[in-house]
Amino acid sequence: MKVTRLFTPMRLAILLIALAFVLAACPGGQQAAPAEEAAPAEEAAPAEEAAPAEEAAPAEEEAMPATGRGAGGTLTILYWQAASLANPYLSGGTKDIDASAITLEPLANYDENGEIVPRLAVEVPTLENGGFSEDLTSITWKLRPDVKWSNGAPLTAEDVVFTWQYCTAPDTGCAQISQFEGIANVEALDDLTVKITFEGPMPYPYNAFVGALTPILHKAQFENCVGAAAQTCTEQNLMPHGTGPYKIVDFKVNDVVIYEPNEYYREPDKPYFSQVIFKGGGDAAAAARAVLETGEADYAWNLQVEPQILQSMEAAGLGTVVAAFATNVERLMINKANPDPGLGDMRSVNVYVSDPEYCSELPEDLQEYCNVNPHPFLTDPQVVQALSMAIDRSVIVEQLYGPAGRLTCNVLPAPERYASTNNDWCLTQDIDGANALLDEIGAVDTDGDGIREYNGVPMRILYQTSTNSVRQKTQALIKQWWSQIGVETELRNIDAAVFFGGDPNSPDTYGKFYSDVEMYTNGSTGVDPQLYMSNWLCENVSGPWNNWLGNNVPRWCNPEYDALYKELTRTADLDQRAEIVIALNDMLIQEGVMVPLVHRGSVSAYSNTLKGVRMNAWDSEMWNIADWYREE
Amino acid sequence: MGNYFIRRILTAIPTLLAISFVIFAVLDLAPGDPTGTLPPQIKPEVRAQIREALGLDEPFHVRYLLWMKQFFINEPLNILEETTGITFPGSEDRLRITSWSSRGKPVIDLIVERVPQTLWVVGFAYLLAVLIAVPLGVIGAIRQNSIFDQISTVLAVIGYSMPTFFTGLLAIVVFSVNLKWFPSVYNTTLEVTDWASFVAQIKQMAMPVGVLAFFQTAALSRYTRSSVLDNLKQDYVRTAYAKGFRERYVVFRHVLRNSLIPVVTLVALGIPQIFAGAIITEQIFRVNGLGALLILSIQSFDIPTVQTVTFIFAVLIVAFNLIADMIYAVLDPRITYQ
Repeated sequence: MKVTRLFTPMRLAILLIALAFVLAACPGGQQAAPAEEAAPAEEAAPAEEAAPAEEAAPAEEEAMPATGRGAGGTLTILYWQAASLANPYLSGGTKDIDASAITLEPLANYDENGEIVPRLAVEVPTLENGGFSEDLTSITWKLRPDVKWSNGAPLTAEDVVFTWQYCTAPDTGCAQISQFEGIANVEALDDLTVKITFEGPMPYPYNAFVGALTPILHKAQFENCVGAAAQTCTEQNLMPHGTGPYKIVDFKVNDVVIYEPNEYYREPDKPYFSQVIFKGGGDAAAAARAVLETGEADYAWNLQVEPQILQSMEAAGLGTVVAAFATNVERLMINKANPDPGLGDMRSVNVYVSDPEYCSELPEDLQEYCNVNPHPFLTDPQVVQALSMAIDRSVIVEQLYGPAGRLTCNVLPAPERYASTNNDWCLTQDIDGANALLDEIGAVDTDGDGIREYNGVPMRILYQTSTNSVRQKTQALIKQWWSQIGVETELRNIDAAVFFGGDPNSPDTYGKFYSDVEMYTNGSTGVDPQLYMSNWLCENVSGPWNNWLGNNVPRWCNPEYDALYKELTRTADLDQRAEIVIALNDMLIQEGVMVPLVHRGSVSAYSNTLKGVRMNAWDSEMWNIADWYREE
Repeated sequence: MGNYFIRRILTAIPTLLAISFVIFAVLDLAPGDPTGTLPPQIKPEVRAQIREALGLDEPFHVRYLLWMKQFFINEPLNILEETTGITFPGSEDRLRITSWSSRGKPVIDLIVERVPQTLWVVGFAYLLAVLIAVPLGVIGAIRQNSIFDQISTVLAVIGYSMPTFFTGLLAIVVFSVNLKWFPSVYNTTLEVTDWASFVAQIKQMAMPVGVLAFFQTAALSRYTRSSVLDNLKQDYVRTAYAKGFRERYVVFRHVLRNSLIPVVTLVALGIPQIFAGAIITEQIFRVNGLGALLILSIQSFDIPTVQTVTFIFAVLIVAFNLIADMIYAVLDPRITYQ
């Protein structure tokens, strides 16, 4: 039998011609590459805040044309992570919170500058107007009288009370429960007045019912969904009644949500669109393309796309890229415990205090772990400072984050009044300085292998993070800079569902921290940083005693920090609070607990025909969708 | 032969049970956690409560038996109730398999919601691929080394070697971005009610179907071609020609019937793949069918959904294996099962 050759000369010729056609069809050639960046879902948080390509939200101020309700046809919004449900109390993912923010409303919102603006409330209760009691223990909200649910029933104070009961009921599995922390009671004084009483003085009383995380639910609809039943209330979780401009008419899970105007909405000539399509799926680059290049969609969310690709897409002139920043910071967590595998059960178990005398001041159950297992060299703040000095943050921001990143040297970079300027030495890379610093403290290379020794221990670092192309590129850059100061780095990445999952049996979670350094993003929810700063209290040190669920992952403890934090919880004056928060932030940086890398923002794009968008990192991006309209 | 198939069906039952156990065990052993996708601001204690609310703290065997009961008793009863309208006792508190990521949406409903777009796009592409590939392969074999054969071979090699994520993006750049002919986002809520919506449906199907069909045609036409070529060289074909039959008669009556037997089997075995969806193509065009459901559930660690969807695939694969064997027996009288 004759052996048939796959490529005869004729076939080769045809193949070449075909290839030529394919290449000719390919504009600019490179476009076609699948721009990965489908960053893991973990990012979903209100985290993901991005930076304005042209700074600060585009306030193309309202003045909506008087066209009447539903005059505007279809508005298409693309979320490359599809919405799974429209109940923020059960989800916590940004995609779900944003899907619900189109229909559900809180008592007040944060605007794009982080200021609180009333929504379902008549005004924001403050000390000045008497809504917030002088002793800081209660706050009274007055509801707007003209608000109706999408089924026509009026909104009452009972709905607000119910929402609190719903989230705080045991077994609900409420994702927003920390927003209700410190609340002793919520009661209806009359149909339109709600009083929230706190367990003690609460200097910042606006966590509950402010912002898209904690909207009001309709009691009549959710009454039978409290506690364990919450998980099985499909109808309610997918199609909650809302007071907002649009109501959900169809919800295909993990695919698309369809909205139509809420006929009972309080402003008679809003909203403008007759239909809103909230479509999910695909990846960030494809979502950007649909708004910026093909014009099929009006709005695309969270565009974690290589900066250069986004730029070339925007050049097509169909849409605008916007970014906004809240408090998210990509940072290195420094392990103050020794993660040596040889330690067995005691691996990464430690509560580190700088002065052994503090040990007796720790909570009783932690005393036995005090300094039992300190890290051989990362407990020295000067070592961490040298590691930080070696990093060129501007390269990371420019090459990897683009409009979605800014330089920062703080754990808490915003709002402005809380942002410290005392650590700005980190803004410029200083390899020589870092080398000099390490020489000075005696961490020199004694055996000539190119790696420094600290008290005889070679400075080798295991550096882990979640699997995500931007993070792996960051790792590679930092590894290279650290090698220039005689520190050897081994890199590791772990699937996001494992790394950020809390499975106490997995050795790979961020809470177990079986490495010397790990990297991820965190930030404060909302404008007030109190809750966020509580992460690094001694009582929150992560370890086997709390199933590795503590938020204080570096295992660093300083009674001075705890005392200062306590003072914060008693201070109501904003300027004094800012002073304390800055001191807390500086303590974390100067003691080498964390190394901030990038202030992360969220990037979205919208069509040039869409007006009224006010990109907001402090609240849902959909917060003012009632004011959106189209102008060709 | 009837006995043979009854025996096959009976042995399929323990096979499927074993498969369901293996799937469940593998998913249980896999590291990961549904709360891993939540934002960092959500505190660890809250995550622990969410896990508890999802029933993750129950021991392995309890969860497995519960899933078995839900899948083999509760779900069929529910389907029966919905189709016949009869209500069985205990219908109110019968627990169904529910998805974690959407908190309470029954997985079977999710699947039913997604079958239409998967069948429309992936099923139609498969049908198209079969309709194109078989004639292409047959003609290519009969007119071996002709220009037609050369072109179709080259196209097949291109189609087979270019992954759909490449051809898909290429199609979007050419037809959506530059020419603006077709939409790059599939609208799953479109209902075909009149001529305009029918055109819209055709337009949005064009690219995903084209990309998928191109890929499948390539593989299938090569297979058909070599199968026909093998038969053309057989003695019985020479005999038929020697008897003076015309080429058309020889090809259609003798060659085709013999050479299509393996092709038919291949096509039947490929049908379960339709239901598995086309993960990459669905993702690129946002078709959001079964393939997209599966990959999303894996990413968000939605174990009940992954378990149920994978198991249904397993059932389909076992079933279509059996069907392929039956078709074989019908098509080829020489084959008998004992």
